[in-house]
Amino acid sequence: MGVSESTIRQAPLGPGADQEAVLKEVGDEIQHKGFVVAQLDKLAGWAQSGSLWPMTFGLACCAVEMMHTAASRYDLDRYGTVFRPSPRQSDVMIVAGTLTNKMAPALRKVYDQMAEPRWVISMGSCANGGGYYHYSYAVVRGCDRVVPVDIYVPGCPPTAEALLYGVLQLQKKIKRQAVIER
Amino acid sequence: MNPTLTELGEHLTSSLPDDIFRTETIRDELIVWAYRESLVKVMTALRDDPNAQFKQLVDVTAVDYPDRPERFEVVYNLLSLKHNLRIRVKVPASEDTPVPSVVDIFSSAIWFEREVWDLFGVFFSDHPDLRRIMTDYGFEGHPLRKDFPLTGYVEVRYDEDQKRVVYEPVNLVQEFRNFDFISPWEGMLHLPGDEKAEDEDATQESKA
Repeated sequence: MGVSESTIRQAPLGPGADQEAVLKEVGDEIQHKGFVVAQLDKLAGWAQSGSLWPMTFGLACCAVEMMHTAASRYDLDRYGTVFRPSPRQSDVMIVAGTLTNKMAPALRKVYDQMAEPRWVISMGSCANGGGYYHYSYAVVRGCDRVVPVDIYVPGCPPTAEALLYGVLQLQKKIKRQAVIER
Repeated sequence: MNPTLTELGEHLTSSLPDDIFRTETIRDELIVWAYRESLVKVMTALRDDPNAQFKQLVDVTAVDYPDRPERFEVVYNLLSLKHNLRIRVKVPASEDTPVPSVVDIFSSAIWFEREVWDLFGVFFSDHPDLRRIMTDYGFEGHPLRKDFPLTGYVEVRYDEDQKRVVYEPVNLVQEFRNFDFISPWEGMLHLPGDEKAEDEDATQESKA
């Protein structure tokens, strides 16, 4: 084990002398032996969180804010987050907007079609708990009644920044999860 | 007051005296009340009359007045591009009096009448495809009626055992609360637990 345990366990380092030192250490390791040793679950977590492909599930005005997050100003692509038009290619579903009773079976069907591992981000008050339409005869009081939710993003609608923060929180959550069952 | 609209109203009452029972101009908008049986005749006249030329049916909706013997008023909004005019035609109806469909006159009515049927339960006779249009599949009731409860009767949930979305009777954790403190009809007069204000009221009453 060339790379010391302490350097792996540490939180991500910012740019600076410390980061340079670690990079140099890893670089030297590869130069010297031709490989580095890392934990497989960390590697898998890094890979999964670095290519979160969301299912495009815009239901209402939140969808517009979701588009802003994907557009040039906030640019989700920077995090490897690319919107997919198919549940088969998606890792995460962003429920953006009011989920109605009529839409609920369709949402569940799309969720069921997504391949494991899969995550759900509930975006906005309506998806979180019915929001403004909580007492309506036609609206589901929170999309967690239909699908299991990982991250709740509050707001009506949440800003593009807020959704971006939600995506980053999901990345953290994925990195924390043990991927390999023991 | 728009003189053109007033003139048009007079013209319509004189040309269809047995079919229109009232015309009125409120806030520069002409409203024509027609008999239910004469609706098709009135709408055809409005479309084809050279003085009217209301070629477009912009919207059909309804209003529920629960106290009236015929509780609904079906509202037709028309637009005349030719004369740059808008007009509103109203027809009374109840749960079991069918309103003649205007689909043969204005093709746009086909979805509008489905919507009115769905939300108010006003039946349109001779409609080619009178199904629900907005509410959930298998929905019961007509939600825009005044006697329909706000929260409805059913809510949905995913059932892990049955692996599908199931319907259940509504079970609210907290009842709907009205926070309208300003309206003198609906508002709460005091905040809950504000004994001081209640005492002040009592002293004022005793003085008076």
